[in-house]
Amino acid sequence: MSDTAPARTGWLARLKAGLAKTTAKLSDGIAQVFVRRRLDARAIEELEEALIAADLGPATAQRLAGGLARLKFDRDVTVDEVRTALAEDVAAILTPVARPLVPDPARKPHVILVVGVNGSGKTTTIGKLAHHFRVGGAKVLLAAGDTFRAAAAEQLKIWGERSGAHVVAREPGADAAALAFDALEQARRDGADVLLIDTAGRLHNKSDLMAELAKLVRVIRKLDATAPHDCLLVLDATIGQNAHQQVETFRELVQVTGLVVTKLDGTAKGGVLVALADRFKLPVHAIGVGETIDDLKPFDAHSFARSLMGLDR
Amino acid sequence: MFESLTSKLGEVFDRLRRRGALSEADVTEALRAVRVALLEADVALPVVKDFIDAVRTKAVGQEVLRSVTPGQMVVKIVHDHLVQVLGSTAAAIDLKTSPPAPVLMVGLQGSGKTTTTAKLARRLKQRERKKVLMASLDVARPAAQHQLAVLGEQSEVATLPIVPGEPPLAIARRAMTTARLEGYDVVMLDTAGRLHIDDALMAEVTAVRDAVNPVETLLVADAMTGQDAVNVAKAFAGRVGISGIVLTRVDGDARGGAALSMRAVTGQPIKLIGTGEKLDALEDFHPDRIAGRILGMGDVVGLVEKAAETIEREEAEKLAAKMQAGTFDLDDMANQLRQLRKMGGLGGVMGMLPGIGKLKQQMAGANIDDKVIRQQEAIISSMTKKERRNVNLLNASRRKRIAAGSGTSVQLVNRLIKQYQDMSRMMKQVQKLGKSGLMRAGLKGLFGGGGGPGFGGPGFGGPGFGGGQR
Ligand SMILES: Nc1nc2c(ncn2[C@@H]2O[C@H](COP(=O)(O)OP(=O)(O)OP(=O)(O)O)[C@@H](O)[C@H]2O)c(=O)[nH]1
Ligand SMILES: Nc1nc2c(ncn2[C@@H]2O[C@H](COP(=O)(O)OP(=O)(O)OP(=O)(O)O)[C@@H](O)[C@H]2O)c(=O)[nH]1
Ligand SMILES: [Mg+2]
Ligand SMILES: [Mg+2]
Repeated sequence: MSDTAPARTGWLARLKAGLAKTTAKLSDGIAQVFVRRRLDARAIEELEEALIAADLGPATAQRLAGGLARLKFDRDVTVDEVRTALAEDVAAILTPVARPLVPDPARKPHVILVVGVNGSGKTTTIGKLAHHFRVGGAKVLLAAGDTFRAAAAEQLKIWGERSGAHVVAREPGADAAALAFDALEQARRDGADVLLIDTAGRLHNKSDLMAELAKLVRVIRKLDATAPHDCLLVLDATIGQNAHQQVETFRELVQVTGLVVTKLDGTAKGGVLVALADRFKLPVHAIGVGETIDDLKPFDAHSFARSLMGLDR
Repeated sequence: MFESLTSKLGEVFDRLRRRGALSEADVTEALRAVRVALLEADVALPVVKDFIDAVRTKAVGQEVLRSVTPGQMVVKIVHDHLVQVLGSTAAAIDLKTSPPAPVLMVGLQGSGKTTTTAKLARRLKQRERKKVLMASLDVARPAAQHQLAVLGEQSEVATLPIVPGEPPLAIARRAMTTARLEGYDVVMLDTAGRLHIDDALMAEVTAVRDAVNPVETLLVADAMTGQDAVNVAKAFAGRVGISGIVLTRVDGDARGGAALSMRAVTGQPIKLIGTGEKLDALEDFHPDRIAGRILGMGDVVGLVEKAAETIEREEAEKLAAKMQAGTFDLDDMANQLRQLRKMGGLGGVMGMLPGIGKLKQQMAGANIDDKVIRQQEAIISSMTKKERRNVNLLNASRRKRIAAGSGTSVQLVNRLIKQYQDMSRMMKQVQKLGKSGLMRAGLKGLFGGGGGPGFGGPGFGGPGFGGGQR
């Protein structure tokens, strides 16, 4: 890399200025790299960096850029060609994980446990999901399993009102596992189709809090050995490489079955998802694109990939 | 997945193995590893590039000291520069104005504004004896104002009475008027989370700023933030103007590159860090600790301080007395295990250690994790009181019973007993060292220095780690 210093006025400097000046969005990065040029070693490296800037992580970025290099090395390429080719590669990784969340109507109720680190969007996502299932004609019950955070139950109750779902809540500090157990009993009594269980945000590296969650699962299994039927990990799109540790730990300790990515209405593109899909193969059920009840969208691998590459904007 | 930078650089220089001044080639090679380390730590790419350029200039031509390797030399230069960029001195919250001093909290959704508002208010009240009023301007998120009111009760800080339907700007004005009338020193204004690209909401908070003219405007941001940190920080700094940054969820295991990104693009200091959900989990920012973490070298200072902080004095003294009397029993050991787990578990402790990569491998090899600790606790709790006081009672049939009762195996029970015996032996040895020596030995035991008690060995109970999380 010692030869980059004299090249200051070349592509590198332009890319750098571009990245520093603009919002460092991937599309801009790629545009800077490939106005129209030969796909040589340096171009590949710069491309790799543009992918990194979208949170794909150094390893995945290298692999994708390298893949492109194998196909098109030393050929003249345009921005759009490069974007499209990369978007296709990314979509190929994401397509197998783009699967909607469909409650099993035979289960009464289909139990969905929602977990994740603090502030990722669990409670809001539950509100949106409740609405979505209600619109589909299901009877939905919500369990306010976050008995720790101030006003967490009140927050969920408002989402219950908005979505027309009943909410089971207890006083602050109550045992979340016992609450979930009662909620499941009530859901059965009421003949609810779906039970969504909210949980307190917790960092995956806190073993006692993770043990609490594992206990909740054990307790509800006393009523229904197959529950929870889905365990959703909610990830914030602004997150960087730490998402790897989150998925790894939550999956191991509470058998996460799928992901929801929130806050994709911001400038963060959630690029880490590509590496996650490749590594864990967990379905991505939905994405959050705002704070209102309708702001939950199905995860579409192609449009996600194209938006990641700055296409279709 | 994250190898320590030091060991990575070690590899680079093992190949070169040369003394004298650092050549351009040496440095370039080394900085490749630094670059990857920074990117893996989520430092934003443009910031990484500037950083690498600056380090290159500093490093080339530097004499490598006789006693250190070139790798260590580069790490030192990188580390020092990182500390310098992060801000070499801790920046305090500045409330110098005629009271009431307005403090405005801003940031993305869910970053930790409301919690940090209450934490900071509590700290100003307790440490600086300020009379603080908190007000929530969040009319968007369900139950947001209620959340702040509850936190106010918990921290015994006053909150502005809620008037349903009142818009944010009016709430801010009412807070200032109330504070003036009632003689408050500080007014903490919590705001709704907003995207930096949401024009209407950015304009709303700008209007609040103009109305109250805050002495501090703090951007609250998550330590786990990825590359987007630069966009967020730039937009808030540019549009609202910020006087400092609060980094939350530093109690996680994210490498925290966002700290460097945001500091670099805004030029504003990181003033505080959030280290937990509880209201006392707010700390001053120490650049050297975050620097070590970003570089993946482990937070040695942080670890030692955390250990020291969380040692429960009484507990330690009780333990010392027990050791003196030779009555350290299995109940005490269970206590130690519990405290270790409370501290964030082994994962938490390990994350703060240098050379984490190697340690993690060792850990995996020795099959030591929090599950093991919990198993050990279960084994001890399946013993009778008498047994816990006197291990010698534990004959084969009792061990079988305990194994069944704890859902483990006789083998595991045996291992625990052996650990207990090693541990009490070690404790007798360190007894002579006094309390401070005891802690050191505990750490050493915990981290399994060569030859000493290793993982799964007696060191696990490192005397007196405590402190709760929630
Ligand atoms: N812009 C945007 N904001 C969102 C989205 N999803 C959630 N939020 C906001 O993010 C913030 C946190 O959301 P919550 O649902 O309370 O998050 P949580 O995971 O339940 O938080 P804890 O229970 O405290 O751990 C709120 O302000 C939400 O309105 C989204 O898709 N887009
Ligand atoms: N572990 C940990 N959790 C934190 C920290 N700071 C805040 N939290 C948690 O993060 C979640 C969100 O915190 P809030 O204070 O509600 O965040 P906010 O920025 O006010 O959210 P909005 O108002 O929805 O934008 C809560 O679960 C808090 O308990 C921290 O330093 N460490
Ligand atoms: Mg919640
Ligand atoms: Mg808030």
